[in-house]
Amino acid sequence: MQLETEIHLPVVRPSESPWRRSLHTLTTNRMAMAGLLIIVFWAIVAVAAPLIAPYDPFAQKIVDRLQGPSAAHLFGTDELGRDVFSRVVYGARISLPIGLVVVVFAMVIGSAIGASAGYFGGIYDLLIMRLADITLAFPSIVLALAIAAVLGPSLRNALIAMMLVWWPQYSRLARGQVLSVKNNEYVAAAEVVGVPGLRILFRHILPNTFGPILVKAALDAGSVILTIAALSFIGLGAVPPTPEWGAMVSLGRFKFYNWWLTTFPGLAILTVVLGFNFFGDGVRDAFDPRTNTKA
Amino acid sequence: MSLAGHLFRRILLIIPMIIGITLVLFIVTHAIPVNPLVVILNEKSLENPEAVRSATEKWGLDKPLPVQYLIYLRNLAQGDMGTSFKTKNPVVDDLRDFLPATIELALGSLLFALILGLPLGILAAVKNGRFVDKVSLVVSLIGASMPPFWSGLMVLFVFYYKLGWLPGPGRIDSRLTGPEHITGLFLVDSVLTSDWVSFWSSLQHLILPSVILGWFTLALITRITRSSLLEVLSLDYIRTARGKGLRERTVVLEHALRNAMIPVITVMGLAFAGLISGAIMTETIFAWPGVGRYEVEASINLDYPAIMGTTLLFAVIYMIFNILVDISYALFDPRIREQ
Repeated sequence: MQLETEIHLPVVRPSESPWRRSLHTLTTNRMAMAGLLIIVFWAIVAVAAPLIAPYDPFAQKIVDRLQGPSAAHLFGTDELGRDVFSRVVYGARISLPIGLVVVVFAMVIGSAIGASAGYFGGIYDLLIMRLADITLAFPSIVLALAIAAVLGPSLRNALIAMMLVWWPQYSRLARGQVLSVKNNEYVAAAEVVGVPGLRILFRHILPNTFGPILVKAALDAGSVILTIAALSFIGLGAVPPTPEWGAMVSLGRFKFYNWWLTTFPGLAILTVVLGFNFFGDGVRDAFDPRTNTKA
Repeated sequence: MSLAGHLFRRILLIIPMIIGITLVLFIVTHAIPVNPLVVILNEKSLENPEAVRSATEKWGLDKPLPVQYLIYLRNLAQGDMGTSFKTKNPVVDDLRDFLPATIELALGSLLFALILGLPLGILAAVKNGRFVDKVSLVVSLIGASMPPFWSGLMVLFVFYYKLGWLPGPGRIDSRLTGPEHITGLFLVDSVLTSDWVSFWSSLQHLILPSVILGWFTLALITRITRSSLLEVLSLDYIRTARGKGLRERTVVLEHALRNAMIPVITVMGLAFAGLISGAIMTETIFAWPGVGRYEVEASINLDYPAIMGTTLLFAVIYMIFNILVDISYALFDPRIREQ
C-alpha cells in the first residue's frame, strides 16, 4: 500500500495588478508610444542643446540677417542675424521645463488642497471650493492674461500666473476622488486605530485617488505649453532676446517674405504639444476605468 | 423642484459669484502699487484738479481698500466699470462696441465645427476602430495641439499671401465702412439693409478666422458625437430596430442620432462660451475688432478697468452658458425633466 499520496497544491499566482494591465495597454498603444517618442526626442534636444545647436542662440551677425534656410542656416536667420535653428533648439530648454513645472505644481498643490478640503470638510472645504469655483469661472487664458499683465511681462511671472490659474482643476478632481474613497472601511479602520488625520489622508487615501489625477496631468501638459507660448506671443511671457518659441513666432508675424521666422518655432510648439496630447490620450485610455472598459 | 424654480435659484447664484470674481480681480489688480488716478483718468484730466477731485470722490480713492472695493461694486451695479485708459471711453461702451464682432466670429466658428464635426463624428462611430475612426482621432488631436496664433499666420500666408484667394486680417475690406449698425453683426446687418457688397466682403473675411478658431471645437464635437453615438448604438432599442430589418442608414441617422445628439447640443453651449473667450488669440492675429483683442491690448497697456471689465464679462458669459446648458439637458431629455 502506498502511503505517500501526491498532494497537488493549487498554484497561487499573484493576480495581475490593474496598474500593470494599464501599463501594458499603454505600451501597446501605438499612438501613445509615438507621442512618448516625440516627447523623448524633444527632451534629448533640450538636454543636448549646446551640442546640437551650431551657433550661439544669442549671437547676432547683422551681415547675415533674414537669410532663408540654407546649409549654413537650416532654418534661416532672423532680423538680427541669429540662427533660427539654434534658437529653436534652445527653445526646448524653456518650454519643456516650464510645462513640467506648472503641471507638477498644479497637480501636487492643487490635489493636496482639494484632498484636504474633501477629507476635513466644513468651512475650510467651503472656502477652498468657492475660490476654486471662482477661478474656474474664467477660461484659463483670460485669467492668466490678467494676472501676467498685472505682474509685468517676464517668463517667471507668466509661470506664476499659470500656476495660480491651473491648481483649482486638480483641487476639484482630488476632492471628488477623496469623497468617494473616504467612506471605505479601511479608512474607518485606520481612524479607529488612531492614525492621525493628515497621515490617513496622505498615506491611505491619496494613493488610491491618484489614477485620474495623473491622467489629467498627462492630458494637461500640452495645453500648459500652448498657453505659455500664447502669453509669450502676446508679449506677456518671455521677453527678448529669450529664444522662447511663442515669442519667436511673434517676432516673425506678418513678415510673409520671411516665412521661416514663424514656421519653424511654430512647428516646434505643434510637435511638442502633439506629443503630449498623443501620450495623454493613451494614458487616459489605459488608466481611466470609465474608458478602458468600452471596446 | 420645478424647472422655473431651479432656474431662478441658479440665476440668483450668479450674484455671489460675481461678487467673488470682482473681489479676486480687485485683489489681483490692486496687488501692484500704481496711482489709480492714472488708470481712471486720462493724462489731460490728471492736470485738472477739478477732475482729479471728482474722480477721487467717485471712486473713493482716499478711502481704505475694502471701502474702495465696495464703491467699485456700487458703481458696477449702476453699470459703471470705469473709463478705459487706452480708448478713453467708458469700459461698458467699449465692451458693447466690441462684443458683436466676437459673437459673429464665434458663430462662424461654431458653424464650421458643426458642418465638419458632425459627419466626421458619425463616420467615426459607425466605422468604430477602422481607418476613418483613427483619422478623426488624429484630426482632433492635431486641432487641439495647434497654437492658434501660429496656425492663423500659416493660413494667412497660404490663402492670402501666396494664393490670394481670401482677404487678409480685418473684419471687412478697409475701403468699406461696414453696414449700417443694427445688431452689430456685419452679416446680419448687411442682409437687413441689402448691402451685398459689405455682405460678400465680411463673409470672405470671416472664413479664415472661423476655421482657425473653430478647429478646436471641431475636435470636441467630433469626439463627443462619436462617443455618444457609440453608446446609443449599443442600446436595446437599436438592436430591435436592426432586428426589424431596417437599413443601417435609417437605424443610425433616424433612430440613434436623435438620442445621441443630446450631449452634443449641451457641449455646443459650453463650446460657444469657450469660443467667445477663446477668440483672444485668433482676434489678435486677424486684427478682429472684438473683446478678445480689446483684452489683449488692455493687458499690454495695463489698462486695469478694461482688464477687469473684460475678464468679468467673460466670466459672466461662461456662467450664463453653464446655466443654459443645464436647462437644455432638461429640455432635450424628458427623463431629466421629470425628475
